[in-house]
Amino acid sequence: MRNRKLLQVGIVVLLVSLVISACGGNKETASTTPSETAGGSNGAAAADGIKVGILHSLSGTMAISEVSVRDAELMAIEEINAAGGVLGTQIVPVVEDGASDWPTFAEKARKLISEDKVATVFGGWTSSSRKAMKPVFEELNGLLWYPVQYEGLEASPNIFYTGATTNQQIVPAVDWLLENRGKKMYLLGSDYVFPRTANLIIKEQLKAKGGELVGEEYTPLGHTDYSTIISKIKEAEPDIVFNTLNGDSNVAFFKQLKDAGISAQDLTTLSVSVAEEEIRGIGVDVLEGHLAAWNYYQTTDTPANAAFVANYKKKYGEDRVTADPIEAGYTAVYLWKAAVEKAGSTDVAKVKEAAKELEWDAPEGKVRIDGETQHIYKTVRIGEVQADGQFKELWNSGEAVKPDPYLKSYEWAASIQPSE
Amino acid sequence: MAGYAAAAVALFAAPMFLSDFRLNLLAKFLAFAIVALGLDLIWGYTGILSLGHGIFFGIGAYAMAMYLKLEASGGRLPDFMGWSGLKELPLFWQPFSSFGFAVAMGIVMPALLALFLGFFTFRNRIRGVYFTILTQALVIITTTLLVGQQAFTGGTNGVTGFSKILGASLASPDTKRMLYFVTVLVLIAVFVACRYIVGSRFGKVLRAIRDGENRVRFIGYNPAMYQMVIFTLSAAFAGIAGMLFVLHVGIISPSMMGIVPSIEMVLWVAIGGRGTLIGAAMGAVLLNWAKSEFSTSYPEGWTYFLGAMFVIVVVFLPNGLTGLLGKIKLGKKRRVTKNEPTIEYPAM
Repeated sequence: MRNRKLLQVGIVVLLVSLVISACGGNKETASTTPSETAGGSNGAAAADGIKVGILHSLSGTMAISEVSVRDAELMAIEEINAAGGVLGTQIVPVVEDGASDWPTFAEKARKLISEDKVATVFGGWTSSSRKAMKPVFEELNGLLWYPVQYEGLEASPNIFYTGATTNQQIVPAVDWLLENRGKKMYLLGSDYVFPRTANLIIKEQLKAKGGELVGEEYTPLGHTDYSTIISKIKEAEPDIVFNTLNGDSNVAFFKQLKDAGISAQDLTTLSVSVAEEEIRGIGVDVLEGHLAAWNYYQTTDTPANAAFVANYKKKYGEDRVTADPIEAGYTAVYLWKAAVEKAGSTDVAKVKEAAKELEWDAPEGKVRIDGETQHIYKTVRIGEVQADGQFKELWNSGEAVKPDPYLKSYEWAASIQPSE
Repeated sequence: MAGYAAAAVALFAAPMFLSDFRLNLLAKFLAFAIVALGLDLIWGYTGILSLGHGIFFGIGAYAMAMYLKLEASGGRLPDFMGWSGLKELPLFWQPFSSFGFAVAMGIVMPALLALFLGFFTFRNRIRGVYFTILTQALVIITTTLLVGQQAFTGGTNGVTGFSKILGASLASPDTKRMLYFVTVLVLIAVFVACRYIVGSRFGKVLRAIRDGENRVRFIGYNPAMYQMVIFTLSAAFAGIAGMLFVLHVGIISPSMMGIVPSIEMVLWVAIGGRGTLIGAAMGAVLLNWAKSEFSTSYPEGWTYFLGAMFVIVVVFLPNGLTGLLGKIKLGKKRRVTKNEPTIEYPAM
């Protein structure tokens, strides 16, 4: 009896101490807030540094992808701080966990802007997380840098998009496939917004460019049984499978494709969500010879990339790889820094103005911010998986492609554009 | 009684002390507390464990979200329909441009669904684990349907991007404070209603069903009727909470009504203390508050803290935090009764 009571007292003490320590952490931020408001018109600039938010999923299903992006962003901040910071002030990252849950992303974004008074936020991966954060950034006039390729059809005045929009990844990839690999296309994707919207665009494009749609399938996120779909693919005899599967499903699909005796020589597949990180997870033996479309590979040959890859490996371990979204996150931090320095302030309106047509030598090559859409000019690259788990570039667009999130310059895409 | 009055006063005074962000968080937690009250009615008092309350919560939330989306789109097609290839507003969306209709649907639809489910299960004496599994199946069906019908539901993104309610801007602090007060009022109303039910003869029958369904039947009651009514009511409460949630958070997606959130809702009740209304409500607020604070203070390891908390409470405090408080109180009064009746709840 006595023991039990002791135990209960112990538990209460433990709980209370946890709560208090949580509050303690909170007080720290609370006490810095007044000094910042006293700091004046410089927004988040204060004696103790400029605060920026880092908001990715550090737990839940998306953590596996997003943690690497966070690492790259923290590395960029560390590099900038080592070189003297921005506007002569150190950058202080405030890391929050979006927990792979969209309302949590909205809540944390609100907290970062209104409680922590961060100058900007780098974050998000899934379209859903971006859509959840967008109204918050627009309401509170915050600034978000979103580092992942996505389905386009968006241009928020409070978001900078450093990943590709459709005309910098999917549209040129389909063009290239139609020219080089055949006309019959099979669309396979996970059942969520990006694949469905991407395929909507591809279907219009196929109609206009003389391609033929021989099948379209969606599987739930996390689906792992592709035997039925592989039989359907065999039956439909496509030249190309355009793959917008996401996450674990890729492992299952490619393994089962190989088990069914279909190799990359028999059937071209092009994936838009399989990068170096995913190759590590799926296994090179299964993926060798398959294609992907991105704007950056670890093997991309630029001086900036050599340094980037070396630093990343040095900091996080030789076995780590860089990939497109990781690079886009890293680039976002530097673009923000350049814009802040040009503006001489972290004020959102001034930074946005200064960011227009800003250029930077990113690991993927020279990028430029398009003032109108707040997307960036990016070079399109189609790569083939090699035996060492890296990509060999088969084709690139030569120059950086102007972002066109609403595909306004494509006549065949008229029906997709929102009717204003 | 004084305690409840003090709590109500504290809730009404909160806007004076809390920043806009904190007030918004508190409002969200209070909405969760409404779900917890409803769950406590069926689990704590009637012994029906539902792991599917996310659906009822979600339906309410979607009803409100549909109204808000139409209000924000101002006569044009909601954005996600555009990029999903829809050319005009589907028929079933149209009446949701009326606020009254949306609110009515947010309560009636979850209630009807619960009644439907209850009709086929309780009358056929499907109970315990089987009923719980059914509710989980319902969750999977509903979320799959919502994700698959992107053009009509927004898919995994859900519905977001709201601007106005009844002409007032959702972004303005005044509207937010107003919505907070509405939430507090609804919570108090639901709480009082629950108190009334629990204290009434009806409530006694519910507890009797929990403790011995067959005995109740032998005495001449029809437990199925009671179970259906209370389950329906509980679902309606969840629907109301969902509507308030959307107003505070500004987004609803299938991930907010799936298996994990549904189980989380039961955890609020378990940790707060099932079978006591105040425990369920406090559990929802405390747990969500802890989640928010821990994840801010320890973005890397907060899930371990929460996990540890669950384990500790479930293993050492079977009656939740209120049970602990009750024990401390009893200890003070030196009135330890050895033969307290033990209550058997369906296993989690």
